[in-house]
Amino acid sequence: MMERRVSGMVFVLPFIGLYCFLLILPFVMGLWISFHRADLFGSRHWVGLDNYVRLFADPVFYQAMGTTFTLAVLIVPALTLITLLLALALNRASRSAAIFRGLFFSSSVLSVTIVTLIWRFVLTPDSGLIAKLLTAMGIEPLPFLSDPNLTVPALAITTIWWGLGLPMMLFLAGLQQIPQDMYEAASLDGANRWTTFFRITLPSLRRTTILVIMLQTAAQLQIFGQAQLLTQGGPSGSSRPIVLYIYEVAFGRWELGYAIAAAEVLLLLILALMLAQYWLSTRGEEVQR
Amino acid sequence: MTSLSLIDVRKSYGATPVLDGVTLEMGDCEFIAFLGPSGSGKSTLLRIIAGLEMADSGEVWLEGKRIDALAPGGRGVALVFQQYALYPHMTVRENMAFGLRNAKVPNTEIAARITQAAQTLEIDQLLDRKPGQLSGGQRQRVAIGRAIVKEPKLFLLDEPLSNLDAALRNRTRVELAQLRQRVRAAVIMVTHDQAEAMTLADRIVVMNDRKIQQVGAPMEIYDRPANRFVARFVGSPAMTILPAQGHAASGGYAQVQLKNGTLIQTRVSTADLPDDGEIEIGLRPEHVTVTAPGSGTIDGEAVIVERLGDRTLVYARLDDGSEIVAVDRGDSSVRMGVRVGLQIDGACAHLFDADGTCHHAERDQL
Repeated sequence: MMERRVSGMVFVLPFIGLYCFLLILPFVMGLWISFHRADLFGSRHWVGLDNYVRLFADPVFYQAMGTTFTLAVLIVPALTLITLLLALALNRASRSAAIFRGLFFSSSVLSVTIVTLIWRFVLTPDSGLIAKLLTAMGIEPLPFLSDPNLTVPALAITTIWWGLGLPMMLFLAGLQQIPQDMYEAASLDGANRWTTFFRITLPSLRRTTILVIMLQTAAQLQIFGQAQLLTQGGPSGSSRPIVLYIYEVAFGRWELGYAIAAAEVLLLLILALMLAQYWLSTRGEEVQR
Repeated sequence: MTSLSLIDVRKSYGATPVLDGVTLEMGDCEFIAFLGPSGSGKSTLLRIIAGLEMADSGEVWLEGKRIDALAPGGRGVALVFQQYALYPHMTVRENMAFGLRNAKVPNTEIAARITQAAQTLEIDQLLDRKPGQLSGGQRQRVAIGRAIVKEPKLFLLDEPLSNLDAALRNRTRVELAQLRQRVRAAVIMVTHDQAEAMTLADRIVVMNDRKIQQVGAPMEIYDRPANRFVARFVGSPAMTILPAQGHAASGGYAQVQLKNGTLIQTRVSTADLPDDGEIEIGLRPEHVTVTAPGSGTIDGEAVIVERLGDRTLVYARLDDGSEIVAVDRGDSSVRMGVRVGLQIDGACAHLFDADGTCHHAERDQL
């Protein structure tokens, strides 16, 4: 018995070691540093909870948090709905569906730099694609990248375009899991298309939808590259998400301890949200086939 | 009154034909089994009746109304799927109510029908559970319940017993037979299991090779198979078929000679048989009995001995290498490898001509 436990441990030890080294250790070290006034050159000075106290009194921190949540609210529901509709439209075995699946997924393989460049071409106020279209229709072009009211929506649109691939694939996989005889039973039960969608398809995609929402929420709360490259967080911090703020504090102002304190708060927030979503979605759910 | 009529139904998938002109008339409240091996077209035929597949040509009528162009939900048929196809996210009650809601049946009526069906099927304790919390047998009942509440003109059962274990299968078979007395509707069951077909159906439709081979009452199919396929497919163990040569008639009945020269006097009238040439003789196991070596019609070597308790099946190899199945008493002392005598009851033998048509022994007038 003892021997079996030892040999089992030997098998999982490499993973546990790597896990501790790459995740647990940096987390604990980060927590430790967040109690210090620290810079990137290794100077450390114990300040206790001072970084956290300063953080919760920092209006820029609150502004960045607000921007982050606005982005998540703009992106997650829209992205979920669009990818669900795309998956429904492309869930067939035809050649054209396969081509469109590849096309919609292709944006996901691009790096954030390319995505931002593409959308810069589209959004630039004087010569961008949208500006040209609006001018052709006789409408004044919109300053997407300089109007504080438009930068956040512009970031959201860029992110949605970039992120279509994975959720669409998850929904497609979910749709493939629904047995064909379920639809046959529904047609014998006299269900029309809408009833079939709302009573059969949508409930069958429940788990996939929860997964997509949780993954997207966690991802969008950490939005960074697009904001840094498209608007640099501006104008006047109106499009600065929290991770960009953490980056600026750490690598611009060299206040490592303070930045890590903000990062810890973000981590706790994401964890709490994930747990809340998990609890909400599994509540009342019974054993299913 | 006619319940279901199929008129010259044809279907092919691309260049592969699956149904080749099927025509069938079903009586009022009749229970019919489609029996055949996989690939015989029986499931496709069921799906065409249900509306899940469209026939390429032909007509489907139900109680005087042509239904082949109607949507599945508008045909007045209910199908119990092989894998049950219950909606996993709905409770048993919702599963049963779904079709009725779509048909705009009033709520009080829905509740009454579900209560009634649940009592009949003894699933009233399960109404608020979901399919995932039910055993295979319980799911089967719910699937049947979902069909019953629709009060269809025709029940379609797709291999209803194939997913159940042996004990449950026998019980459900009895229950299906009882249920059948209670619901006034015609039933079609698809099966590849002849025991199911024989015990449940009023008539069996034997299908093979895209066509109906024979339609008849279970014992008619067993006693007077139309052709070689039906003779071999129905009955377990299968009928032994041995090559033989037709011989001079005696009293109007054919006498045939096995390859080793043994003569067997049948009661098949020579009038229908081809004049000469190769024919085959078919013998059910119960018409070949084991005797002491040398004392029967023919001798052979016991190759396999199956002891079933009430009787023993002896698979014997004749000297020319062909095999024959015989029956012995339950306490038979025959062992594998010993020589046995086989008494053939030629009066019960069937004869098959070159194209496989079966010729039967004439019955005694009682």
